[in-house]
Amino acid sequence: MKIHIKNGHVIDPKNKLDTKQDVFIAACKIAGIGKAPDGFVANQTIDAAGLIVSPGFVDLSARLREPGSEYNATLKTELQAAIAGGITSLACPPDTSPVLDEPGLVEMLKHRAKLLNLAHVYPLGALTRKLEGRLLTEMHALTEAGCVGFSQADNAMTDTLILWRAFEYAATFKYTIFLRAEDYYLGQNGVAHDGEIASRLGLKGIPAAAESLAIATILRIAQQTKTRIHLCRISSAEGVELIRAAKKNGVQVSADVSTQHCHLTEMDIGYFNAHANLKPPLRTTRDKNALCLGLKDDTIDAICSDHTPVNDDAKLLPFAEAEAGASSLELLLPLTLKWATDNKASLANAIAKITSQPAHILNIAAGDLSVNANADIVIFNPKAEWKVEASQLKSQGKNTPFLGQSMQGKVHYTLLNGQLAFQNN
Amino acid sequence: MVNPQLDSDGKLKHLLTIEGLPKRILNQILDTAETFVGVAERDIKKVPLLRGKTVCNIFFENSTRTRTTFEIAAKRLSADVINLNVGTSSQSKGETILDTVDNLIAMHADMFVVRHAQSGAAHFIAQHVPDGISVINAGDGRHAHPTQGLLDVFTVRRYKSDMHNLRVALVGDVLHSRVARSEIHALTTLGVPEVRVIAPKTLLPADVEKLGVQVFHDMKAGLKDVDVVMMLRLQNERMTGAMLPSAQEYFKTFGLTQDMLNYAKPNAIVMHPGPMNRGVEIDSSVADGSQSVILPQVTYGIAVRMAVMAILGGGQNNLGQSNSDKNAGVHNGALEASSRLAAGGAS
Repeated sequence: MKIHIKNGHVIDPKNKLDTKQDVFIAACKIAGIGKAPDGFVANQTIDAAGLIVSPGFVDLSARLREPGSEYNATLKTELQAAIAGGITSLACPPDTSPVLDEPGLVEMLKHRAKLLNLAHVYPLGALTRKLEGRLLTEMHALTEAGCVGFSQADNAMTDTLILWRAFEYAATFKYTIFLRAEDYYLGQNGVAHDGEIASRLGLKGIPAAAESLAIATILRIAQQTKTRIHLCRISSAEGVELIRAAKKNGVQVSADVSTQHCHLTEMDIGYFNAHANLKPPLRTTRDKNALCLGLKDDTIDAICSDHTPVNDDAKLLPFAEAEAGASSLELLLPLTLKWATDNKASLANAIAKITSQPAHILNIAAGDLSVNANADIVIFNPKAEWKVEASQLKSQGKNTPFLGQSMQGKVHYTLLNGQLAFQNN
Repeated sequence: MVNPQLDSDGKLKHLLTIEGLPKRILNQILDTAETFVGVAERDIKKVPLLRGKTVCNIFFENSTRTRTTFEIAAKRLSADVINLNVGTSSQSKGETILDTVDNLIAMHADMFVVRHAQSGAAHFIAQHVPDGISVINAGDGRHAHPTQGLLDVFTVRRYKSDMHNLRVALVGDVLHSRVARSEIHALTTLGVPEVRVIAPKTLLPADVEKLGVQVFHDMKAGLKDVDVVMMLRLQNERMTGAMLPSAQEYFKTFGLTQDMLNYAKPNAIVMHPGPMNRGVEIDSSVADGSQSVILPQVTYGIAVRMAVMAILGGGQNNLGQSNSDKNAGVHNGALEASSRLAAGGAS
């Protein structure tokens, strides 16, 4: 299958490409940019006039709910949602049921995803068995099975000695550790930012210090053990500041923020809107602004969806009892573009946050349009408007705080391995 | 965001929290309650305002006292009352809150009085009931207990004439207290110029001063020259959660004794929402002393709850009154009827 994408505006941050070019695809790979390879005859031509041609998006965190939570979502529905959102590669956290702490489970997940042929799935293995923070997993065997890093998902490590050893062991093999930084005790049972809104609503708060204390601990151990660390879902201004300082000091650290936290604050809880029950909690406007600026100066490397599909029943409960999380695979593009517009960042910079940068963090061959790279491509209209409606979302999770809101940025085509996997125009 | 407690005419639709309610509504409730105070003293303690209506007390969290006062209030308004202690029935069988509520809607209840351990539960239920059904929050988590807040300001109003010239101190566990939040909002909405909270730092919520209160950590300074002392209940769990070292130390530092009360104005009144922990937050001699208005609070609680139910039920109540004075501000037809009836025309 040979595809010719013509008249599009190509943005490929890794290769610093931001210009009108044609793209030529052959044998699942990118065969040429700008100039067709010798003797190229297209079977299919896609007219991308007025559209942006970008590497397929790379999402650092999407819960697919398999195995174990198929009532919330299935691999099939969520990978369909991913591809509709232009996401061709995604990492999934290990907090499935059972937990991804056995090579066999990882192999099965990879195998099932491959059969569906909708998006590349890169599991993060559990750092400790059952995510209990006590015993290390077989990281080497898990890596051979397909894990691209190790994570504790939302389960905080309480024992710093075990954390230290996990870092040392991972560093032995140069594995990356993905951690969401939150002090276990300060975060326990909390459901909102510990501030005025939580006090007014009578919700148990999680102070920003729960994040910064944990970040400080993680950074110090990472520095000492020379471990490559990725900090997931930063939520506070003080967290951003600690990462900025650590990067200056040469710590091998990267960080991401969720699409939700780039745009929402504790005020969005309103009258106990359970869709705004998120982990970490939405914080103040000052925190949100610091996150957006941190993205702009590259203190924060990537934006992820933090996609967490939750069934309606688990959200139809009083705020604190509702399951945390938002469905957001299909909103990654418009919410990233909105960050760029709101913060006067370039389109290329926005695309880097969801392509080359996360691919670099995951250390996977994705997120760029180099010749001979896998032809994972998304073609989108950055100006097209649409409204978020539950019935229109492909994800089984309709739980998004952006329901009913207008979005700008719409995916027209997604190509996976040089094949058209999604089309909407 | 639309205030979920008010209808499009700005009338009370549900009572979920005091926060965000306009002063005119609070005064409407308090003025109406004033007319019900006398009902209890009559031979026939009933007015027919909610005749034919069904009030359903749904208590997801156990309570005897609040449920009883709501039950008495509804019965004095001639409503039929159903009590449901969900904590001990359906919920333990796995039924969700909405299932429980839907079942009661199907049984044609007109008004729900709801208590739940989670903040926001009353808002949640109010969002899911059809038009025409009112929800009264009888306490949700740490969030709100609006009828308690109202009965407390009603009590203050009865003993202190000018709300605009008062100094009020709340003492104790503000962090976990829905009563404290409702009292603060009621007092500040009614124009009380100085509301203080007195507590150790472990028992105050984050940014509490943004609720419009002054913070004190010392009883003597905090009680100095106050007109009203509102005590809060201290749960025993606070000791195990490392919020306090012991009940003895708490009583010594934040307990209300006569010596401490003497720092307040000589005519200061002492209130407590009950149930009291004598010897923990309050000395028995103060609780039973001449400045205590703790028992009148309970009596007024019934009148205030009657007022809330009468106003919420007023829109549909069939007393031959029309909505002709719909735009007349504070009063609506049904309410004027209720006032007349309460004043002696019922029996």
